[in-house]
Amino acid sequence: MPDTAWHIIEVVVMLLLPLLMAGGLTVVERRLLGQLQDRYGPNRVGVMGEMQVLADAVKLLGKEDWIPPFADRPVFVAAPAIILMSVLASFAVIPLTSGFAVADLNVGLLFFLAMSSLGVYSVALAGWSSRSKYPLLGGLRAAAQLLGYEVFMGMSLLGVVMMAGSFDLSTIVEGQRGLWYVGPQFVGFVVFFIAGLAETRRTPFDLPEAESELVAGYHAEYSAMKFGIFYVGEYLGITLVSALMTVLFFGGWLGPILPGWTWFLLKTSILILVVIVVRAALPRVRYDQLMSFGWKVMLPLTLINLLVTAAVILAT
Amino acid sequence: MTVLFYIAGAVAVIATGMVITRRKAIHALLYLVVSFLALALVFYVLGAPFVAALEVIVYAGAIMVLFLFALMLIDAGRAEEARERDWMRPRAWIVPSVLSAALLAEVVYLLARGGVPGRTAAGAAAAGGAAGVGGAAGEAAAQVKAVGIALFGPYLLGVELASILLLAGLVAAHHLTVDLDSEDGETAGAADSGAPGRTRQKGGRP
Repeated sequence: MPDTAWHIIEVVVMLLLPLLMAGGLTVVERRLLGQLQDRYGPNRVGVMGEMQVLADAVKLLGKEDWIPPFADRPVFVAAPAIILMSVLASFAVIPLTSGFAVADLNVGLLFFLAMSSLGVYSVALAGWSSRSKYPLLGGLRAAAQLLGYEVFMGMSLLGVVMMAGSFDLSTIVEGQRGLWYVGPQFVGFVVFFIAGLAETRRTPFDLPEAESELVAGYHAEYSAMKFGIFYVGEYLGITLVSALMTVLFFGGWLGPILPGWTWFLLKTSILILVVIVVRAALPRVRYDQLMSFGWKVMLPLTLINLLVTAAVILAT
Repeated sequence: MTVLFYIAGAVAVIATGMVITRRKAIHALLYLVVSFLALALVFYVLGAPFVAALEVIVYAGAIMVLFLFALMLIDAGRAEEARERDWMRPRAWIVPSVLSAALLAEVVYLLARGGVPGRTAAGAAAAGGAAGVGGAAGEAAAQVKAVGIALFGPYLLGVELASILLLAGLVAAHHLTVDLDSEDGETAGAADSGAPGRTRQKGGRP
């Protein structure tokens, strides 16, 4: 059955590719941040420090996997698994190239939103089950942050959905032949980019971990590979958000000469680098600043964007 | 597909049973999330992917996170667990069990008789939806459109009533959380939501 074999290949690629990219990103981010801050970053293992991933993995696997005696054991163990599952499940609907997606779901975009909203349980529960004050504060912030930005994250994507007339990601990419949606939906793109940073808990919005005030926030009590999973989960989240931005706003696999998947990977990689550079450029915002920014600036902005998009679509 | 339906249904029933028997509130909440996810799968298998996605986004993703947030703030400790254990004594189960058994008997009776009277139209619609699962990609868009038209057509009154209810809740929450007498505007809770309330109060003060 060639169909089944092809499908298995799709599943394996869509599982391994994000994991490899996330693993590689741990080094890329540290090296790039080092360059931006006028220092070297890790450059000892391998030729340019690229084998640092393996060194880190060996170190994390070799450490004692300690569960605090005061922690809520089942939830403490389940929390890291939730983030990995929810993010990896989202990759199932991302089309790598024309016809190459694990699940060509006709509500693909909604599936991504559903999985991303489940991801926050991981952080909030990690904070709660640690049963100590800094993780709890980190978990509380994560839950509040999700409620704050999830509304405008979903609505920022509706402009694209209106223009493509579908929640299907492949159809959305096909609709961008001629003009990428980043042009007409520029406001939607900016809002989704900011929401994506909040979703992956990246630096202007990394309040749940905030190492300078909450030690390490929600994963302060985690050690060894459980900590490693949170770490990889964060990079998987960045990869996912970048891949989704590529699909929704930058024409996915569309591009001249080169095969589709190279264009997809190229665009995704550039967006990932932008996310990393943002971390080097911006300080962390305060908790109430994030909240008022989300509800008072971003939400009205997306509503106006929706209104204008709908008016333009009706007029043409 | 039928097997998937029954597995998801069984998971939903078991998870819901666990919700009412757990002593720690957060564990109960997690089982409730599992129950919602199983329910979403039931919707999907029945041919309603849009409703399934909304079930996860709205119930499992947003409302339950709000519950989790509240529970983390309250942080019910050992005393709460003891009280919960107190409530879970076998005697407390009698009346709810009898009531549930009556409902179960009714469902079994209806199923044994060969279905609910007057379900033909709904059944036909569900069957039509189920046929569309493997169908064209346009099916979901059509479904979304149909839901939208239904919400703002025949069910407009319900939508408006719900929004009035939510507005009332919003006003009440604002009234409860904003300390109107506080002169100090820098308290953490008031800083993000309190600006309009404070200005109004200051303006109205004699």
